[in-house]
Amino acid sequence: MTVRVQTGDFDVTRELAELRGRDPRVGAVAVFIGTVRDVNGEATVRKLTLEHYPGMTEKALAQIVADAKARWDIFDALVIHRVGELAPADQIVLVGVTSAHRGDAFAACEFIMDYLKTRAPFWKKEATPAGVRWVDARASDDEAAARWKAT
Amino acid sequence: MRGDSADTLTLVYLARLRDAFGTSSERVVLPPGVTTAADLRAWLASRGGAFAAELAAGRTVRIAVNHDIAQPDTPVRPGDEVALLPPVTGG
Repeated sequence: MTVRVQTGDFDVTRELAELRGRDPRVGAVAVFIGTVRDVNGEATVRKLTLEHYPGMTEKALAQIVADAKARWDIFDALVIHRVGELAPADQIVLVGVTSAHRGDAFAACEFIMDYLKTRAPFWKKEATPAGVRWVDARASDDEAAARWKAT
Repeated sequence: MRGDSADTLTLVYLARLRDAFGTSSERVVLPPGVTTAADLRAWLASRGGAFAAELAAGRTVRIAVNHDIAQPDTPVRPGDEVALLPPVTGG
């Protein structure tokens, strides 16, 4: 289980190869990559700055991955989240999950992302032509995370 | 950043709250009667100004005590690191 917060970019191919580790039990690798969009609502986004709460972030991500591991039959999971200044089309986040069969990997990967979006202490500030603003949390993210309690 | 004095608690303000309060952290001595996360929030709101505005009832602010999300009745003690977190927007 690997959790990393970093300013630099990540190489998806290399990270996934490491996650799989040529483990022959693995039959499925589910992956999510979040990237920076150039629009948010009406505004054009020129730059995104991500900040976090060092110390708590790693702990929160590790807890989310542990929760996923307790709930689904998965072998391993990887979460990499970038912080600092990012531009449209840059990679922000990578979640990878390995399992024997796709169902567990897909579900655990989505669960990790939904919980990351609502529990992990990251904040986005975006630069638009109208100025710099903190991004508002979305109700739809809370709803996405809440689904996992009902099932 | 954990408080190293026996008497003080370290407050950490993140993202929008850091901007609003004009500082990223401060050391405080808890007044008598402030023993839980909810007490602490109410005490900070009573400072007025940006604190009153940002911590008013209905404003979503999470409190973390020593890097764990707190509930209203979670105890706060001298030596703790207590962070005020606006709604998160990562991913």
